Amino acid sequence: MSVSVTADDLEGNPAPRGTNYLNAERGLVSWLTTVDHKRIGLMYLGSVLVAFALGGFFALALRLELLSPKHTIMSAGAYNQSFTLHGAVMTFLFIIPSIPGALGNFLVPILLGAKDVAFPRLNLLSLYLYWIGAIFTLSSIVTGGLDTGWTFYVPYASTTNTSVLSVTFGVFVLGFSSVLTGLNFIVTMHKLRAPGMTWYRMPLILWSLYATSIVQILATPVLAITLLLLMAERVFHIGIFDPVYGGDPVLYQHFFWFYSHPAVYIMILPGMGIISELIAVHAQRKIFGYKAIAFSSVAIALVGFLVWGHHMFVSGQSELAATIFSFLTFIVSVPSGVKVFNWISTLYGGSIKFTAPMLFAMCFLFLFTIGGLTGLFLGMLSVDMHLHDTYFVVAHFHYVMMGGTVTAFLGGLHHWWPKMTGRMYSERLASVAAALYFIGFNVTFFSQFIMGTRGMPRRYYNYLDQFQPLHAFSTFGSWLLGAGFLLMLYYLLKSLKSGAVAPQNPWGGRSLEWTEAASPPVTENFTHRPVVTEGPYEFSRGQS
Amino acid sequence: MRLTPIDIGSFWLPRQTSTIAPEVDYGFNVVYWVSVGFFVLVVGAMTLFAVRYRRRREGEKTSTVDHSTVLEVVWTTIPALMLLGLFAVGLKGYASAAVAPAEALEVQVTASKWLWTFTYPNGTMTVNELGVPKDRPVRLVMSSKDIVHSFFVPEFRIKQDLVPGAYTTTWFEATESKDVAILCAEYCGTGHSDMLGRVIVMDEPVFKDWLDKGGGMGDLPPAELGKKLFTQRSCATCHSLDGSRIQGPSLKGLFGRTEDLEGGASVKVDENYFRESVLNPGAKVVRGYQAAMPTFQGLLKDKEIDALIAYLKSVN
Repeated sequence: MSVSVTADDLEGNPAPRGTNYLNAERGLVSWLTTVDHKRIGLMYLGSVLVAFALGGFFALALRLELLSPKHTIMSAGAYNQSFTLHGAVMTFLFIIPSIPGALGNFLVPILLGAKDVAFPRLNLLSLYLYWIGAIFTLSSIVTGGLDTGWTFYVPYASTTNTSVLSVTFGVFVLGFSSVLTGLNFIVTMHKLRAPGMTWYRMPLILWSLYATSIVQILATPVLAITLLLLMAERVFHIGIFDPVYGGDPVLYQHFFWFYSHPAVYIMILPGMGIISELIAVHAQRKIFGYKAIAFSSVAIALVGFLVWGHHMFVSGQSELAATIFSFLTFIVSVPSGVKVFNWISTLYGGSIKFTAPMLFAMCFLFLFTIGGLTGLFLGMLSVDMHLHDTYFVVAHFHYVMMGGTVTAFLGGLHHWWPKMTGRMYSERLASVAAALYFIGFNVTFFSQFIMGTRGMPRRYYNYLDQFQPLHAFSTFGSWLLGAGFLLMLYYLLKSLKSGAVAPQNPWGGRSLEWTEAASPPVTENFTHRPVVTEGPYEFSRGQS
Repeated sequence: MRLTPIDIGSFWLPRQTSTIAPEVDYGFNVVYWVSVGFFVLVVGAMTLFAVRYRRRREGEKTSTVDHSTVLEVVWTTIPALMLLGLFAVGLKGYASAAVAPAEALEVQVTASKWLWTFTYPNGTMTVNELGVPKDRPVRLVMSSKDIVHSFFVPEFRIKQDLVPGAYTTTWFEATESKDVAILCAEYCGTGHSDMLGRVIVMDEPVFKDWLDKGGGMGDLPPAELGKKLFTQRSCATCHSLDGSRIQGPSLKGLFGRTEDLEGGASVKVDENYFRESVLNPGAKVVRGYQAAMPTFQGLLKDKEIDALIAYLKSVN
């Protein structure tokens, strides 16, 4: 039956009964050597949340420094390290692995009606590679720091005396983790779908993870090679990027952005997949435009490879190249718009309940729309001359990466929390946290659009006095954000101890994780192999 | 150090003080209103539906309409056409900015950590201050001595990276006789946010006079000349006069004191040590500081080094 329950509807809080993937085997070693995709997903979740906390710490620190011009709490060198590590940790240790690693790993086999991914041991290897890459990256904090910006532009990055080698090597290793996860998902979706699960009966999050996996596999090797070349330039002076040895600094930018632009689609596509699930289930309404949403994911993934030069309009690249990149940048924005229109249409004629997942989905629509529209400003050649490398860019990418991906991640975390943990979180506290998050986010970042258009450059330790009020306002917003996250941490952890026991299907979902798997699922996911006879959004059956 | 602020002209943008600024702002306004329109549409519809279709009863029926080819075509083609329009507007402004008029005055710009050097056709050289005539196009031929920097003048709406090993160009025509701020817009290390300069826009005869007199230095007494140079040649960016530590040692109480050097030796600060540090800064680095000071060989004439010495003695 398609009924939605929250913790408020349930009474009592006994521990979930029965054997499930969490208690089937006990002990640290059983976790560290598991091949169960659900346990691997949970370990990824813990890891990326730690990374998020660390990246968030650097963010709060740098925003505190920016409360006033010149020295506030740290030197210029320490500030440069703060924004560099904030970017590197958030990009490579949090956002890229977050949804595929933490939620994707848990969900993909279950949504397909399979017992596990195609290559379970390879999945464990992905996790190990993540940890190894993380260790190399984070060790830099104590061995010399990093002050290059997360983009490692040359010749600064090939000549500075901070721990560039350990971070680039760490990121190099992390790349393999990403590629292997993508490989695993693609093979799993091709080969392990349950009987009756046609491509068009897959939940849309799988289409988006499929598109993401294509990008991961094709783009990540380019970053790996670029970082190897950067290391070779630093150590052996091979003369590819540094003009002192005969190299070209702009070539580095081309290589770097050839990966790093598709990388932002690795970040957003899984988030978009989550939004499809959240809106359909919490409005109890069949998704509008299934094929349009599915194919737009693939279109974004492919066209996303052709636009990297829009990060380099004023780099010295030719006018012809800039013109072509600007044109293609506008093309790639069309499918994202199509998705937003289809999601809005899914709200039409729905039965919308304002649970935390739905609140986060609506936050996403608000924030991602602003993020996407402000990308248009930057895609225009003339306007970008003024806005490039200002706070307008910083605001734009935080609106799409945080307002988009992180919002979707949080929505997905709340949506699948009952399934993964067998517990319900407090809906009341979650609403408060979502409000703090939404308000805090806009206070922090909308003010940065204004700073940017008025001429405030990014990565600035010191700044002209005239920008101080806006900087202070933005810093205040960061405290609201921090408070929201602390509240989320509190009630999510509390639910593990004393949250209401989750029913199998608290939200009335129609995909296999809700209809066929327990909360939490058994190790094999299902007690018998599911046979699929309809799509994942059939809410009308059983409605009165 | 007197910093040149950025004059704000409207809520979002600085004042327009170049010929290209109105064209850039036109593009900004077009995309701004298109964005506002779509935002109102999307968020408005979302809010409307959230209210109108909120759940009143568990298990209530919901719409089964799951696609509309007409809608998909409409909301793909109409935005696509609007986006093509935005591309065209952006391209037009960019094309204007890319090609300098043939009669432009050419100035060479060199960036280094962390100052701007401008060289004029008559050989005059200035640091951090770009003097230009009003109402005449000026073309900048630019390069960097070390790493990538970026020349950004918000009130002109121009920005262009300076790349070591290559030349890049940009141009502008200033429309008002006022000072406008130059900022570095490509991260370049600890001095990135202090790498400020200004464009001094002058009426043609004033500019000619300024240029002939070697870029505004004129015939000043040594200590006064030294005071001007101390900020304009960027010394103040890294060396304070009040005892506080920036990138380099404070010059408070400089002459006569003993400095401990990297490597263990020590030196008594006199005119020779000062001159050596200015022309060959890596020779005797003070202990506890990075060897980050650029050489001022070619950037300071002997007369100017004398003036700095006179000034520093006068304030200590």
